[in-house]
Amino acid sequence: MPSHLDPVPVPVPAPAPAPGVGASEATAFPPAPGAGAGAGTGTGNKRHPHVQLRALDTLWFQVAGTICNIECTHCFISCSPRNHSHEMMSLADVQRSLDDARGLGVREYYFTGGEPFMNRDMLAILEATLKQGPATVLTNGMLLRPDVCRRLRELFDASEYSLDIRVSLDGFDAESHDAIRGKGVWDRVMIGLRNLADAGVNPVITVTTAAEGVASEEGRARFLDVIRGFGFDRPRLKVLSLFRIGAEENRTRAYEEWERLNAESLSDEEASVLQCSSCRMVTSKGVYVCPILIEEPEARMGATLGETLRPFQLRYGACHTCWVDGVTCRT
Amino acid sequence: MRLAFLGGIYSNYHALAAALDDITRRNVDATYFLGDLGAFGPHPDRVPELLIVRGIPGIQGNYEESLSTRADDCHCGYTDPRDNHYAQISYDYTFANTRDAYKDWMATLPREIRFTAGGLRFLLVHGSPRTINEFLWRSTSPDVFLEKLCNDYDADVIVCTHTGLHWHKSLSEGRHVLNAGVLGRPANDGRANVWYTLVDVNERIVDVTFVPVHYDHALLANEMRAENLPEQFVETILTGWWTTCLEILPSKERTAGRW
Ligand code: SF4
Ligand code: SF4
Ligand SMILES: [Fe+2]
Repeated sequence: MPSHLDPVPVPVPAPAPAPGVGASEATAFPPAPGAGAGAGTGTGNKRHPHVQLRALDTLWFQVAGTICNIECTHCFISCSPRNHSHEMMSLADVQRSLDDARGLGVREYYFTGGEPFMNRDMLAILEATLKQGPATVLTNGMLLRPDVCRRLRELFDASEYSLDIRVSLDGFDAESHDAIRGKGVWDRVMIGLRNLADAGVNPVITVTTAAEGVASEEGRARFLDVIRGFGFDRPRLKVLSLFRIGAEENRTRAYEEWERLNAESLSDEEASVLQCSSCRMVTSKGVYVCPILIEEPEARMGATLGETLRPFQLRYGACHTCWVDGVTCRT
Repeated sequence: MRLAFLGGIYSNYHALAAALDDITRRNVDATYFLGDLGAFGPHPDRVPELLIVRGIPGIQGNYEESLSTRADDCHCGYTDPRDNHYAQISYDYTFANTRDAYKDWMATLPREIRFTAGGLRFLLVHGSPRTINEFLWRSTSPDVFLEKLCNDYDADVIVCTHTGLHWHKSLSEGRHVLNAGVLGRPANDGRANVWYTLVDVNERIVDVTFVPVHYDHALLANEMRAENLPEQFVETILTGWWTTCLEILPSKERTAGRW
C-alpha cells in the first residue's frame, strides 16, 4: 500500500549516535554512479549527503510485491494486477529475514505491497512475526473478509506484541475515494471496515493529502466522524503526504532537478532523523534502503539484511520530500 | 540492596509525598527520579521543592530539558494533532508556573545515571538510552531490541519511564529492562492509584515490585480545576482512564484502555 506515507514530523530529539557508528565515515563512500534524469532517479552529484544506519529498528516487507487488485492514480510504485516488478513473498522468504532480524535487534515489522491480503501466506506470516515483535499491515481494505478479520483479532490477542491494520482512504465519500482508486472500491472497503469492527479490530485509517481539505482541523474532525460512522468508537486517523514518483508523477508533476538534497542543505547528522537511518525494505528481489525507492536498482543494497548495514547516499528526488516534509512511513 | 524509582511525576505532588512516605517505611537504600517532574497537574514548583528538600537525585526528562532551555514545547514526541494540542496546554501552564530558579536547577540534572548494584550495571534514562523522548512500550519492545539496547549502552538493567505505563522484561544473560511507570497519572486501567517501582538486587538477581500509590486524588482534581486545567485531565485523575495523548498508544495498550 505505498500511498500510505506518513507526513508525521519525526521527533527531533538530538539523538545520540549509535555506538560504534561514526558520522565521519560517510564521506569515505564513493559517489554514486551517474544516472538518468527521470523523476525519482538519482544523480551522480557526490555532494549528496549520506545517511548512516543508526540501528535497524523498522523492517519492511514488500510482501505482496507490486501486485495489487486495484490501480490507484497516486500509487507511487504503480502497483496493479499486472505489475510483477516485485513478486509475492512466501512465508519461507519472510521467515529468513525474520531470523536475521532477531540478531540485529529489530524493533518492529511493516507489511505492504501491493495489497498484502492478496498474499495467501499473509496470516501465517503475521503469526510468525508476532512471535518476535509488533507488526503493522498496510492494506486497501478490500479483502477483509469476516474470517480474515476474526483471525486478525485472534492473532492480536495471542501475541504480547501489537498488531495494527492500516486501511487507506482517499476522501470522505465514494466519489472522492473512487476517483483515485476506481469505481466501486469505496463500497468494498466499507464492507471490510465493518468486518473489522465486528471482529473487534480497530484499524488506523490513513488518508492521503490527495483528499481535499483533510489537512485542516475541520477536515480532520469531519473525517473522524466518518470513521465513527463505520462503527469505531475510538477513531484512529493518520494524514499522509504523497510522493511524486510512480503513478503519482503523472497525476501531479515530477521532481525538478533542484529538488535534491545536497550536503550543504542537510548534514550527515541531520540525515539521522530520516527513516532510512533506521529501516530497510525486504522484497522478493533483495533488500532495499527504504520502502520508497524499491524501483531504483541502486537502492537495492544487498541480498540479505546483513549486507545492507552501510550508509546510503541520498540522491533521489523522493529524498527531498522525506527531508522537507519530515516523512516517515511508520504509524 | 533495595532501590526505588520514581517515573514521571507530572506535578502530582500529593502522589509524590505519598510515595516518599511509603518508601520511608520500606527500608529503601536509594531513591531516584527519572524526569518529567512537571506537566498535567497543578503548581509545578511543588515537586522540585519536595525533591530538593528530601535530597533525592535524578535525571532530566524531556520536560526538564525543555523548561531549562526555555523551549516552546515539551518535545514529548507525540505525532497526532490532538495529542499535541493537550500536550501544549500542559507545557504552557507548567512553563508559566515554574520559577526560574527551578528551571535553572533542571539544567543541572544529568541525562542519565549509571551505577553498579548487586553486581549489575544499572542505567537510568528517561525515554530510552538513545533518545530522551523515545517511547518504550511493552507491546512494541521485543526482547531482541531491548537486548541490543543493553549491549549497545553497556547496561545489565535499564530503567526508564516517559510512556506512563509500567512493565518489566527479563532478558537473556540475566539482563532486565523496566519501565517504572509514573506517579503523575493513573495507568489507564480504570483505577485512580498511580505507581512507583522497587527493585531488590542481590548477587545479580533482580526482583521488581510495582507499588500502587493511593493518594488524595480528589484533592488533586479540585486543585486542577481551580487552576483551570482541562477537564479531560481531571477526568483521568478521577477515573483512572486516559482521555488525552491516546494516539501515541500502540494497539495493545490502546485496546486495554477505555478511550
Ligand atoms: S491500493 Fe492503490 S496505492 Fe495501494 S498498492 Fe494498490 S494501487 Fe498502490
Ligand atoms: S526516499 Fe526517504 S527514506 Fe528513502 S533513502 Fe531517500 S530520504 Fe531515505
Ligand atoms: Fe517524558
